[in-house]
Amino acid sequence: MKAAVIVFPGSNCDRDMAVALRAAGAEVEMVWHKDAGLPRGVDLVAVPGGFSFGDYLRCGAIAAQSPVCRAVIDHVHKGGYALGVCNGFQVLTETGLLPGALMRNAGIRFVCRTVPLAVGTNDSAFTAGYARGQTLQIPVAHHDGNYFVDQATREMLEAEDRIAFTYGDEVNGSVGRIAGVLSENRRVLGMMPHPERAVDAGHGGTDGRAMLDGLVGALVAA
Amino acid sequence: MSDPQITEDLIAAHGLKPDEYQRILGIIGREPSFTELGIFSAMWNEHCSYKSSKKWLRTLPTTGPQVICGPGENAGVVDIGDGQAVVFKMESHNHPSYIEPYQGAATGVGGILRDVFTMGARPIAAMNALSFGDLEHPKTRSLVSGVVSGVGGYGNCFGVPNVGGEVRFHPSYNGNCLVNAFAAGLADADAIFYSAASGVGMPVVYLGAKTGRDGVGGATMASAEFDDTIEEKRPTVQVGDPFTEKRLMEACLELMASGAVISIQDMGAAGLTCSAVEMGDKGDLGIRLDLDRVPCREPGMTAYEMMLSESQERMLMVLRPEKETEARAIFDKWDLDFAIVGETIPEDRFLIVHGGETKADLPLKALSGTAPEYDRPWVETPAAAPLGPVEEIDAIEGLKALIGSPNHARKSWVWEQYDHMVMGDTARAPGAGSGLVRVHGTDKTLAFTSDVSPRYVKANPYEGGKQAVAEAWRNLVATGAKPLAATDNLNFGNPEKPEIMGQLVGAIKGIGEACAALDFPIVSGNVSLYNETDGTGILPTPTIGGVGLIETAGRAIGTTPREGDVALVLGVTEGHLGQSALLWETARRAEGDAPRVDLAAEKAHGLFIRDNHATIRACTDLSDGGLALAAFEMAEGAGLGVEIGVTGTAALFGEDQGRYLIAADEESAALLEAAAGAAGLPLARVGRFGGDRVKLGDAEAPLAGLSDLYRTAFERALHLPDALAELAV
Repeated sequence: MKAAVIVFPGSNCDRDMAVALRAAGAEVEMVWHKDAGLPRGVDLVAVPGGFSFGDYLRCGAIAAQSPVCRAVIDHVHKGGYALGVCNGFQVLTETGLLPGALMRNAGIRFVCRTVPLAVGTNDSAFTAGYARGQTLQIPVAHHDGNYFVDQATREMLEAEDRIAFTYGDEVNGSVGRIAGVLSENRRVLGMMPHPERAVDAGHGGTDGRAMLDGLVGALVAA
Repeated sequence: MSDPQITEDLIAAHGLKPDEYQRILGIIGREPSFTELGIFSAMWNEHCSYKSSKKWLRTLPTTGPQVICGPGENAGVVDIGDGQAVVFKMESHNHPSYIEPYQGAATGVGGILRDVFTMGARPIAAMNALSFGDLEHPKTRSLVSGVVSGVGGYGNCFGVPNVGGEVRFHPSYNGNCLVNAFAAGLADADAIFYSAASGVGMPVVYLGAKTGRDGVGGATMASAEFDDTIEEKRPTVQVGDPFTEKRLMEACLELMASGAVISIQDMGAAGLTCSAVEMGDKGDLGIRLDLDRVPCREPGMTAYEMMLSESQERMLMVLRPEKETEARAIFDKWDLDFAIVGETIPEDRFLIVHGGETKADLPLKALSGTAPEYDRPWVETPAAAPLGPVEEIDAIEGLKALIGSPNHARKSWVWEQYDHMVMGDTARAPGAGSGLVRVHGTDKTLAFTSDVSPRYVKANPYEGGKQAVAEAWRNLVATGAKPLAATDNLNFGNPEKPEIMGQLVGAIKGIGEACAALDFPIVSGNVSLYNETDGTGILPTPTIGGVGLIETAGRAIGTTPREGDVALVLGVTEGHLGQSALLWETARRAEGDAPRVDLAAEKAHGLFIRDNHATIRACTDLSDGGLALAAFEMAEGAGLGVEIGVTGTAALFGEDQGRYLIAADEESAALLEAAAGAAGLPLARVGRFGGDRVKLGDAEAPLAGLSDLYRTAFERALHLPDALAELAV
C-alpha cells in the first residue's frame, strides 16, 4: 500500500504523518507542493497538519490552488483515497472535495489538548476498526477548527451517514460538534483531531491506531 | 536625503554616554557619519555588548566533558551520546513584549529558534518563562493575553512543541513584564555551524525575508529604562512571520547539508550590523557590504536604516563560491530571498557602500573587541531581617490560598494555547515539572525545565542564585534524567545603581557556585538589564533553563502515584518559611531570608534518586509551597486523594531546599528506606496516596472541590471571557 504525504512549505505534521503511516505498514513518499503529479501507484493521499502557506488568509485557501492539489483532486475523482488532518482538512474543504468550512475557534484561542471523540459511523475504510458511538481520546491542536455547514448540508451529511466523528465536549464551536466528515463516496476523510498523534503510548495514546492500521489494511486488500 | 548632523542630542538619543562618544572619536580619529554612529550605538549597547555584566559572566563555569560549545556562539552545544548533540539557549524579549505583547513575544520565540537552527540544529522543544505584574494592574490582563497568544502564534506555526515554562505575577513587573524564551534543537555533533568567517574574497550572502524599517534601534531601546513615552517606542518592535521562519529553517538545514556553508549568523538584535561584525570579528577578517544589493521591502531605505533594521527571519552566511548555484536553487525552492551582498576582505575593516558612496568605514575589531566594559560599583545586598512570628494556619486554607492564586494554580489555560505535541515525540506535556521530548528514532529522552524564585533572589541574591540552579537541577533529576547543562537568562534592573549591580553580582556568584558543585555548566545565556519603569526595578529574576538526558526510556521516572502508594520525603525539613509562597499568597508578606541551599546535600540526594529510579513510581522536587503543594499536585494529577501525616504550618509549607517527594508501593518504599539508611540519607515516610480526600495533618477536604479550584483559578483570576463556556451550556 502506497501513501503520498503532501508537503507544503508550512506543513509541520508531515513527518508525524509519515511516521504513523509507516508504522501502520504503508510505503510512504513525501510529495512537494510544486509537483504537478502524484507518484505512480498511490493508494492514499494524506494532507497533513501545519500552516501550509502561513494561513494568514483563510486557512488552506492558498494551498488549495497549488499544483499538487490539482493532482489530488484528480486522484480523488478517479476514486482514490484521501485523508486530511487539521490543516489538511482545511485544505480539502478549500478544494471543494469536502463540504463546509473551518472558521476561527469560537473561543478565539488556539487549543491543544486531548479530547473525547465519538465515532459517528464505522461505515468507511477509515473508521471500520471502531464501533459506532465508541469514544476515543485523540489530541487536537488548532486555531481554526470551528466547522460550519449550512442546515441543508448538515441534514444531508446526517442522512448519508457521513459524519465520521463528533467532539465529546465543546472544543471549538463546530456545528453539531462535528470533528470529521466523509465524502460522498466515503473515500475522503477530513478531520481536525490528529489520529497520527495517537499511535504511540509514550506520546499521545493509541486510540488512532485502529484508524491507520485499518485503513492501510483495507487498501492492501483492495 | 542628507544625513543629520552629529549633535549632543543625537548622540544621547543613540544611548551613548559622552565618554563613550569620546572613545569613538579616539578610535576613528574623526567625527563619525550618521550611519557609523548608528553602528557604534548598536554594537555598544548593553544588549549586544554585555558591558556591565561581562566581568562577572566570565566567572561562571562553562566547561565540562559534555560541553561541545559554551557561551559566545548563538547557542550552547552539549553532547548527548551516539554522535548527537543538543543545542540550546534562553533569551529575553522583555521590553518589546511590554510595548507590543503579541509581536514582542512572537519575535522573542522567533529569535531563539533562529539562534538554534543557525547552529545546524532542528528545534525540537521550546519553553517560555513569563513574569507579569499584579493582576489588578490595568495592563496585566492584556499583556498575559497578548504574550501567550504571541508565543503560541509563532511556535505553533513554526512547528516546535512548547513543553514547559513558568508564569508568575508580582507587582514589581507592573511596568516591565518578562518574556524569556527557550529553545533546544538536535544536531549531529560533528555538523555544528559557527559564526566565524574564513577565507578572503568569500561571498557574504543575505538570506531570508526582506529588510524593512521595523525594529530600527530596537537593541538600543532594549537597553533603556521605560518611562511614560513608551507608546512612542512601538515602531521599534519588530513584526514576526513564523511561516517565513519555518521556510528559512528548512532552507538553512538543507543548505548546511549540501556543504555550501562556511559560516552563518542570524540577524537578531542590531540586524545586519551585528551579524556582519560578529562573522568578521570571529574570523579575523574584514567585511565589505554593498547595500544596493540588500533585498528591501520598500524603496528609499537609507544605509542607516538598513544597518539597524531588526526585520525578522533573516540570515547572513559566508558561502563556498563554487556552491553558489546549488545554494541559490535551495532558496528558490523555498521561495526565499538570496543575494550576495558583500565579501570578506583581508584587512580589519567594516566597509559599507550604498549608492556609490561610502557610508561607513570603520575598524571592524574595534566595534566588538573594544566595546566599553564596565566594572560598575556595587554594594552587597544587606542581610534580610529575620522573619517575624508566623501564625499557625489551617493547612487546607493554606493550600487553597496557594492553588487559588494564579501563581500556583494549574496553568493549562496557557499551555493549551501552545502546540505541545507537534513532532510526535513529546513524552511529557507541560504541567508536571520538566517537559520531556524523545530524541526522534532513539531510546533517549531529553528533559527541559526553567526555574527561578525571584523573591529569594531579592532577599538574598547569592542563595537565590544558587537556588534557581538547584531547583532546575532537581526538576531534571526528578524525571530520572542526568542533568547536562544550563542556560541563564539574567533579568535585572538598572546596573548603574550599585544596589541593583549588587543583586546581579550576588546572583551570578550563587549561580556559579551551584553550577560548579552540581557539574551543571552554563553553556549559553542572555542578560537583560534596565528592567525598570520610572526608577523602580523588577524583582531580580535570573531564569535558569536546564537540560537533562534520560539515557534509556527505562530510566524515566513517572509523575503519577497509584492508589495505596507510600509518600516519602527525601531531604531535611526544618520548616523555612522566609520568602515562602505561603506567606506571600496568604498575607502578601515577603519577609525573612531565602532558604539556604546545601549543595553537597543536593548532589547526594539527586544521585540517590537517579540510582533508585527503578523503585520510584513518581517523583517531584519540593519547591514553592513546600510539601503541602507538592503532595496535592502529585495526587491531583493522578486523580487521587492523599493523606499527609505531618502537622504544623512550617513543616507542611516550609521551603527547605534539597528535597524530593517520592511515591512508591509498599515493597519499593521499604527498599528505598533501606538504601537511604545505608547511604546515611534522610528519607521519611510522610503519608499515603489514595482515596478521594486531601488530608494535611489535622485538616482535610474532598479532592473534587480542591481540584476544581486548582483547575479554574487561573482563568478566573484573569477574568478572561470564555466564549466556549456559553456554548457548552
